[in-house]
Amino acid sequence: MSIVLSAKNLSKSFYEPEEFQVLKNVSFDVQKGEFVSIVGKSGCGKSTLLYLISTLDTKYKGEIFMNEKKVTGLSQNELARFRNEHIGFVFQFHFLLPEFSALKNVMLPAEKLGKYSKSECEDRAYEKLKWLDMDKFALKLSSKLSGGQQQRVAIARALINDPTIMMGDEPTGNLDSVNTELVFDILKDLCKSKGQTIISVTHDTEFAEKSDRIIEMKDGEIVKHEN
Amino acid sequence: MLSSVNFEIAKTHLLAKPRQTLIAMLGVTFGIGMYILMISFMQGFNEFLEDTLLSSTPDVRIYNDIKTDFSHSILDEISDTAKVLNVIHHPKPKDITPNLKSSARIIEDLKRDERVLAVSPQLATQVFYVSGLVQINGTLSGVNILEEAQLTGLQPKMKTGKIENLLTIDNGILMGHGLANKLNVHVGDMISLATPKGTAMRFRIVGTFQFGIGSLDNIKSYVNLSKVQQLVGKDNQYVTDIGIKLKNYDNATDVAKEFSDRYGYKADDWKTTNASAMVSILIRNVMTFVVSFTLLVVAGFGIYNIMSMTIQNKLKDIAILKAEGFSSGDIRQIFLTESVTIGVFGALSGLVLGFILSSGVYNLPFPKNDFISITHFPVVFHLKHYAFGMGFGIITTFIAGLMPSIKAGKIDPVAILRG
Ligand SMILES: Nc1ncnc2c1ncn2[C@@H]1O[C@H](COP(=O)(O)OP(=O)(O)OP(=O)(O)O)[C@@H](O)[C@H]1O
Ligand SMILES: [Mg+2]
Repeated sequence: MSIVLSAKNLSKSFYEPEEFQVLKNVSFDVQKGEFVSIVGKSGCGKSTLLYLISTLDTKYKGEIFMNEKKVTGLSQNELARFRNEHIGFVFQFHFLLPEFSALKNVMLPAEKLGKYSKSECEDRAYEKLKWLDMDKFALKLSSKLSGGQQQRVAIARALINDPTIMMGDEPTGNLDSVNTELVFDILKDLCKSKGQTIISVTHDTEFAEKSDRIIEMKDGEIVKHEN
Repeated sequence: MLSSVNFEIAKTHLLAKPRQTLIAMLGVTFGIGMYILMISFMQGFNEFLEDTLLSSTPDVRIYNDIKTDFSHSILDEISDTAKVLNVIHHPKPKDITPNLKSSARIIEDLKRDERVLAVSPQLATQVFYVSGLVQINGTLSGVNILEEAQLTGLQPKMKTGKIENLLTIDNGILMGHGLANKLNVHVGDMISLATPKGTAMRFRIVGTFQFGIGSLDNIKSYVNLSKVQQLVGKDNQYVTDIGIKLKNYDNATDVAKEFSDRYGYKADDWKTTNASAMVSILIRNVMTFVVSFTLLVVAGFGIYNIMSMTIQNKLKDIAILKAEGFSSGDIRQIFLTESVTIGVFGALSGLVLGFILSSGVYNLPFPKNDFISITHFPVVFHLKHYAFGMGFGIITTFIAGLMPSIKAGKIDPVAILRG
């Protein structure tokens, strides 16, 4: 097994409204194909940690390696390119672009990547949507879909470029129990059958317990690794 | 380079809110439309005026300017000014003749100059037009009519009769249309002319002209040069003015200065002769640009507003695009494309609007009047105005969109995604 993500001594402080250290020397590794849950009380710094390792937030101390490449210190443009290719996001609020169809939402990151022709992008997007049982809604405006449907489209979008790591910030946080179950099964299946590495922040202990590994945080520190 | 994904996103944004897009576009349309209307009309009027002035004034006019500078006396040259102070009360000019000496040589020389297209000597004098008991003060120009016609474009300005009549009828006279009306005379009638020195002569009216400038049409007449020389009792070399037409009238100022230096007489170019009209042309140009510029700046603010609003409403979308891997540059490009697209289509429809409006003005009949001889409003349709309007519209929207777009590019996705 190879390490796809390695966080070394990550620290982060906010200075507004007053100085406050959110993360204190956080270090951990994630293996390829692992499904990792990050849990902890509200305000302990889970989201903050996720934004660091996803390269969206660059104001921190410590180092992050992905696929053995050091991403700390890359320029904003290099990071954008890196995210495009290696990271897929799923958020609590589905965050689809409302003016675009479900299909187009899924296609955009692939078109941005520029690795495939437009028709190939479309085929790939269809394939992902089909896998999530969403292909019949492909041409529907994304704002006209239900919450659970939107979240499945968001998962398809996260997967379109076959990312190294898929990251979720409470991906089931805004869904009812049926949809939570559904999304969890999808993620689990992704991990099992396709070897997709997943890191997900969650509040849902049931959800967390079904994943490969739990990282528990408290006041900006990792207090427990659990397999 | 504009990437096709970014363009597609921009297009989708614009089409998703058609009414807002249309309103932003209409601001530009209106601005450019008004610019086209104003510039076409103002420029048309300027060109008409310039044309009228040019057709009635030679490009360069050489004449003998009577000197009234008495600061220097010939007495000073024969007396020792260190000891003596010469004071002369009420100096007056002596009886100088205002003619150009050795005019024949100057004319010969001018005709050889390769910048010169035509030369017309003339003898101008004050006269009284006498018809019955009516006496009207005016001017009389003695010319070689064919040469003069080359110079001023008299031919197309003829209202009745032909200029060639002057060649066949020895005592013929071409009279300003307004003057003929005042004297109530027509082609074929006889008219008496008297000089201030008391000599008089009778002429037969063979034509009337109308330049469209009251100060000419109401006072001026043309007769053959020899007739005026006869009337004022001078020899056949006696001329007061030499009018010159140049191949390129834009050079007139430089050429006039050179001729003045070369021949020792005063030489005015057409701009100097028509200085006050040139000022009004300049003022109209400045006004046109100020008003058009204001309209476009207002349209620019409209776009700035709408783009800022759009971006404010799309913070989430911008954050998600950045998370997906779109860079700050991409985001900037998307919103800049939106405002420039608004600019391009707004400007295009502005050109159409401007064209329609100025065609409308062009077809309006001009109020009939004795001084300006046109039937409809003078409007020009110059491609360069349309090109400039288009360019200016695009640049304005580019600048208006630039600031909001840069701001959009700088948005921190984390702050937004956190919620
Ligand atoms: N921009 C900010 N400025 C100042 N403090 C912040 C900022 N963002 C987050 N914090 C603080 O940092 C701490 C950690 O925030 P974070 O969002 O990582 O918590 P979390 O573990 O994800 O909580 P939750 O489970 O509620 O989402 C919180 O105390 C929060 O108030
Ligand atoms: Mg959180």
